Amino acid sequence: MSETMTGAEMVIRALQDQGVEHVFGYPGGAVLPIYDALFHQDKVRHVLVRHEQGAVHAAEGYARASGKPGVVLVTSGPGATNAITGLADAMMDSIPLVCITGQVPTHLIGSDAFQECDTVGITRHCTKHNYLVKSIEDLPRILHEAFYVAQNGRPGPVVVDLPKDIQFKAGSYVRPLSNQHKTYRPTVKGDMDHIRAAIELMANAKRPVFYTGGGVINSGPHASALLRELVQLTGFPITSTLMGLGAYPASDRQWLGMLGMHGTYEANLAMHECDVMINIGARFDDRITGRLDAFSPFSKRIHVDIDPSSINKTVKVDIPIVGDCAHVLEDMVRLWRQGAKQADKVDLQEWWSKIEGWRARNCLAFKNSKETIKPQYAIQRLYELTKDRSPYITTEVGQHQMWAAQYFKFEDPNHWMTSGGHGTMGYGLPAAVGAQLAHPNSLVIDIAGEASIQMMLQEMSTALQYNLPVKVFILNNEYMGMVRQWQELLHGGRYSQSYSESLPDFVKLAEAYGAVGIRCDDPSDLDARIMEMISVNRPVIFDCIVDKTENCFPMIPSGKAHNEMLLNDYLGETGADIGSVIDEKGKMLV
Amino acid sequence: MLQMKTHYPDAHRVEPVNRHTLAVVVDNEPGVLARIAGLFSGRGYNIESLTVTETEHEAHISRITIVTTGTDSIIQQIKSQLERLVPVHRVVDLTLTGEAVERELCLVKVVGKGDHRVEAMRLASAFGARTLDATLTSFVYELTGTTDEVERFIKLMMAVGLVEVSRTGVAAMARGAEGIM
Ligand SMILES: Cc1cc2nc3c(=O)[nH]c(=O)nc-3n(C[C@H](O)[C@H](O)[C@H](O)COP(=O)(O)OP(=O)(O)OC[C@H]3O[C@@H](n4cnc5c(N)ncnc54)[C@H](O)[C@@H]3O)c2cc1C
Ligand SMILES: Cc1ncc(C[n+]2csc(CCOP(=O)(O)OP(=O)(O)O)c2C)c(N)n1
Ligand SMILES: [Mg+2]
Repeated sequence: MSETMTGAEMVIRALQDQGVEHVFGYPGGAVLPIYDALFHQDKVRHVLVRHEQGAVHAAEGYARASGKPGVVLVTSGPGATNAITGLADAMMDSIPLVCITGQVPTHLIGSDAFQECDTVGITRHCTKHNYLVKSIEDLPRILHEAFYVAQNGRPGPVVVDLPKDIQFKAGSYVRPLSNQHKTYRPTVKGDMDHIRAAIELMANAKRPVFYTGGGVINSGPHASALLRELVQLTGFPITSTLMGLGAYPASDRQWLGMLGMHGTYEANLAMHECDVMINIGARFDDRITGRLDAFSPFSKRIHVDIDPSSINKTVKVDIPIVGDCAHVLEDMVRLWRQGAKQADKVDLQEWWSKIEGWRARNCLAFKNSKETIKPQYAIQRLYELTKDRSPYITTEVGQHQMWAAQYFKFEDPNHWMTSGGHGTMGYGLPAAVGAQLAHPNSLVIDIAGEASIQMMLQEMSTALQYNLPVKVFILNNEYMGMVRQWQELLHGGRYSQSYSESLPDFVKLAEAYGAVGIRCDDPSDLDARIMEMISVNRPVIFDCIVDKTENCFPMIPSGKAHNEMLLNDYLGETGADIGSVIDEKGKMLV
Repeated sequence: MLQMKTHYPDAHRVEPVNRHTLAVVVDNEPGVLARIAGLFSGRGYNIESLTVTETEHEAHISRITIVTTGTDSIIQQIKSQLERLVPVHRVVDLTLTGEAVERELCLVKVVGKGDHRVEAMRLASAFGARTLDATLTSFVYELTGTTDEVERFIKLMMAVGLVEVSRTGVAAMARGAEGIM
């Protein structure tokens, strides 16, 4: 059943065979044959971005919101290097992508030809895998293998570097029958003995806590459903990382909020005091563990992860379970039910009352104002006024990102897209473009900072071109707020280069793009303005002028343990000096 | 600023460092060596020796032998990280699977006259080295042995006119009837 076609046609055919609906890309000399092949069909829709980094972030947003791999097409040289930040971002956050890069013809490789760069060399460390296609015979296999590798095991970005002469060559295309890869076969089913041991440990726990992460989202909606079942069956408290938000409904009583550096008091103290920690698809990131030698000192730990290299990387665990979250959770639920397991009711009750005590501190409380919009208040209102529409939220990077994570409540997986591991400013707008393409009739909001938004602002034009009504909600504090906060903590409040000078008029800017601009600086007007934003079916830039001095709490300063958290009221009414809380050693750790 | 500390493990636990020999079976595809070497440099692992050649021509399979050092947890990380590279078939820790046989080959050129020359010949025969080339003023010897033997040989030869050394690095294999493929 093989068909003869050119390499460029094979690319498009493979995308079609993989069920790809959208490709995010930008043309150039080394991919012109592929663009020509695109021209002759209408199954795969090309989305023309304005910068290749934007293409990758858009593909990431699309992937996270849809559960399907994102696809990127860029030219050689500058096209490929512009895509690097996006690839590194997808690598850190385990996002499945296939990125096709054009390359100079094979006979010119290595000659410093026009727009040549060593794409496989440069991307080796920021992709899960990459290929340089050297012959047309290899192309069909490599294209399909790229999709397999991107999606299976721990997901990640895969680059296929395709020289221009091979795009022109004719060859025979066959869709491989088997998905099996000859070397790469990740374990998805957990070891039953370890799972049984985990269930035993959980049933005997006195102070258990679930700590879940992006792996549950990666594993698909079924994993989230099973997680909910297990958490409810056991009655244990649960907290999630930034990447794991939405896997468990934030409205539920057993939910403690996010943990980590800017996590809640109750989540972090539960982690600190627990005797059994059940990590499902999280990777003990340093934003979570803080000081390693003081991390969760009393716990026995279970760790479910599909990537064996995540296990015992920084934190030693007692029961490792290598496998896919959904598979392992299914076994756990079954064994828990079968054995009619139940942790000691009295112990659990005692644990919960301790947790309720921490919760009563109300660590996310803030002092609201009638004069200026507090950023926390802005997110709270945004949440309240949009929650009925089950919006998709993306963010940039900074304080606004943390406030979004703390004050927006996520009920479902795949509704929250943020750059966690790489922390890439500029991620949010293109990711919103991708999410909107995946869900054309849903409300998609990029919660942004005035500094971050300027990094990928050109993607407004993409939103306009494709009639994507994304909303950019800027918490404009006229500062790189997160940098300013650290300068207060570490460098005596010397705000070196962290003031957002010469800001554009965001309302006029929106209008210049053909979008709608809205500004609000009055708390009493905020609701009406937000309603206005969500009622227009066009892209909007909302310039929300917020308190310039607000800092993001709670916070575990670097080098401190979970029980040494800074709370909002630490500052007192006057906003006293926070510069003294991190010692010399901690300053190294930021 | 005096206490330069990092955020990462070693701070709280000092574990002993051990030497491990790993056999890594890989698909012999372009770039595979760069992937392995890049993994070690990118993640800051040590390489004491690395050898690679195709071992099964038809199947395009190569075997890479890596001698590395690290704490037990670093060695475990190295193995997990190697295993998740797409073209890697298998990683076997020959140090854990029992006493493996390990050999390397070295070529040594010594230049000298008189007593030095005589002493070089005596040492070479004591170690069982083969003479591959000789002139009136020089020898090239070949010695195959464990890393320790090779190093002892080289050290002794330094005293008698060693001018050049070329070593292959370690090739290793587990003892016994079982193969790793
Ligand atoms: C300014 C800033 C502040 C931050 N502050 C915080 C904070 O306070 N709290 C916080 O939580 N984060 C914070 N982060 C994010 C942080 O840097 C990490 O990105 C995040 O904590 C990692 O989340 P995770 O552990 O869920 O891992 P992910 O990066 O989502 O990794 C997922 C893990 O699951 C595994 N996995 C993947 N797929 C599967 C599967 N199918 N089955 C099983 N396992 C799978 C992977 O191997 C990996 O180990 C912050 C980021 C920024 C930019
Ligand atoms: C590409 C990139 N460069 C630099 C940084 C470091 N950084 C982290 S947050 C931040 C400031 C973000 O400012 P803004 O977007 O206004 O958000 P705010 O913190 O004020 O909410 C900077 C510069 C980064 N994360 N990404
Ligand atoms: Mg700002």
